[in-house]
Amino acid sequence: MNQISASPTAHVRADLKRIAGWIEPGSRVLDLGCGDGTLLAHLQNSKQCVGAGVELSDQQVIACVRRGVRVIQQNLEEGLALFDDHQFDTVVLSRTLQSMHNTERILREMARVARYGIVSFPNFGYWPHGWSILGGRMPVTGEMPYQWYDTPNIHLCTLRDFEDLAGSLSLRITHVATFKEDKEVKLLPGWRSTLAVYRFESGS
Amino acid sequence: MAIDTSLYADTAAKTIPSPDTSIPPGSVGLVAPELIRFDEPLKLTSGQILPQYELAVETYGELNAERSNAVLICHALNASHHVAGMSADNPRDVGWWDNMVGPGKAVDTDRYFVIGVNNIGSCFGSTGPASINPATGRPWGAAFPVLTVEDWVRAQARLADYFGIECFAAVMGGSLGGMQALSWAITCPTRLRHCVVIASTPRLSAQNIGFNEVARRSIISDPDFHGGDYYEKGVVPAHGLSVARMIGHITYLSDETMAQRFGRQQRAPGQGGEFHYGYDVEFEVESYLRYQGEKFSRYFDANTYLLITRALDYFDPSRNCGGDLARALKPAEADFLLVSFTTDWRFPPERSREIVRSLLKNKSAVTYAEIDAPHGHDAFLLDDARYHAVVQGYFDRMASSLGLPGRSRTMGVLA
Repeated sequence: MNQISASPTAHVRADLKRIAGWIEPGSRVLDLGCGDGTLLAHLQNSKQCVGAGVELSDQQVIACVRRGVRVIQQNLEEGLALFDDHQFDTVVLSRTLQSMHNTERILREMARVARYGIVSFPNFGYWPHGWSILGGRMPVTGEMPYQWYDTPNIHLCTLRDFEDLAGSLSLRITHVATFKEDKEVKLLPGWRSTLAVYRFESGS
Repeated sequence: MAIDTSLYADTAAKTIPSPDTSIPPGSVGLVAPELIRFDEPLKLTSGQILPQYELAVETYGELNAERSNAVLICHALNASHHVAGMSADNPRDVGWWDNMVGPGKAVDTDRYFVIGVNNIGSCFGSTGPASINPATGRPWGAAFPVLTVEDWVRAQARLADYFGIECFAAVMGGSLGGMQALSWAITCPTRLRHCVVIASTPRLSAQNIGFNEVARRSIISDPDFHGGDYYEKGVVPAHGLSVARMIGHITYLSDETMAQRFGRQQRAPGQGGEFHYGYDVEFEVESYLRYQGEKFSRYFDANTYLLITRALDYFDPSRNCGGDLARALKPAEADFLLVSFTTDWRFPPERSREIVRSLLKNKSAVTYAEIDAPHGHDAFLLDDARYHAVVQGYFDRMASSLGLPGRSRTMGVLA
């Protein structure tokens, strides 16, 4: 049968597992840039969440449909006009923030459609990046595997940079987790992690 | 409900094996329509009553014992019950959605029982303006009542009763067919599990109605129209109907498609590519539209064109909810799939998004694909692998949720 398995035992990356851990069972979840629907399928199957995804790529939309994940095909840059205020409990933006043109707008929109927001992004402060720049080159690493001229990542930031922006948008950070490859990093995460995941609560 | 089917018992729609016609793989094969008669009067939205009527129907695949695998396909303006396969009496007459419906296709007749139904008012076998009015013994003509999408759905629901189908696995349609699917979800919420609405809209825009009106005026002002009672005069308003079709046809194609297919190419240029400086066909596109119009006017009925364009105009489920589509969709319980096409300027993606937004607001289950295809409104009938993969993925998922068997083969667009 030409179908992708959506079994709850399928491998889920450590950061997605952590994100899932921050989401209440049975809650309503919107996953922005949901890819092939791995996270939503996991949340539906193991936490009885009611989910919807937003995805632009045709192939990813098809993958979502095949695994029974509800998906809306649209470009996130167009905003979240399809979604009402507080329509969801949690909204997730995984590994996408850094490639969006209008970073502030999407964060504000997330705060509008759900009480809790979760974002993950590559940590530009990862120490080998500095080493690379000292050597006269733009960094190219696991979470950021692109050359400077063909990267979709146009808004890179460090952990502190993000925390400042969240503060200025009145997003109250409730949880942080940091990863290097598939392992959690607890010591000096600003330097040692390649991926940061934040959960925040919006003011109102 | 009084249904007299005895008259038609031996014309039942079945796949008829024939040794002399080769059946392409993925085709349901040779098919013939079944005429089903309903003697219980149908009360119409207009207040009029249709005393009795017949529906032309084709079916493909087998209804399972639980009657849980039935899919109803609703047709658009100029189509019919002949959704898939080849007509037994003319194997070159292939169903209008044959690329979508068949064994191993997106709507897989190995597992689903698919019903194609011709709507009342149409001209392909179901009761319509050209049928005999039992009260007068003459063709209905102008006296045939105006129908709405809701009326069609009511008649289709009786057809479901006839087949003993309590709840469809899915009701599906493109364009005007999508409106019927949407109306099913609103008016018969417990009778469908999935609602598939493709290249459709929750209501026509002023521009859409404008195009319809031009088409209708073209028919009505044809001297052969005779106020709609042309059947007994032995004429048809072929000229008006063909112009109506030409207008409609333009709205089905994208600017891009027309530019690519015809551009400014001349039909029969004079010496050195010179124009003829007259009003005969000069450009290829004119020749094409005239051909399409004339072809259409030979097989389609003008009164049906009026009736169906009017049904399109009237469709607006939000009308009784102060224009609030979300409120209109509140009763819906189905799981929805919507698909639109980026270059469709007849029913553009924004119209589908309006439905999606309303469904999301109601916390209804909805999946929406916006296919970046160059073919305009017509795209819903064409072979587009992404579009077909979305529909196939959706129906395969549906099959597993209904406990139907898995797909055993992939045929057609995705083969």
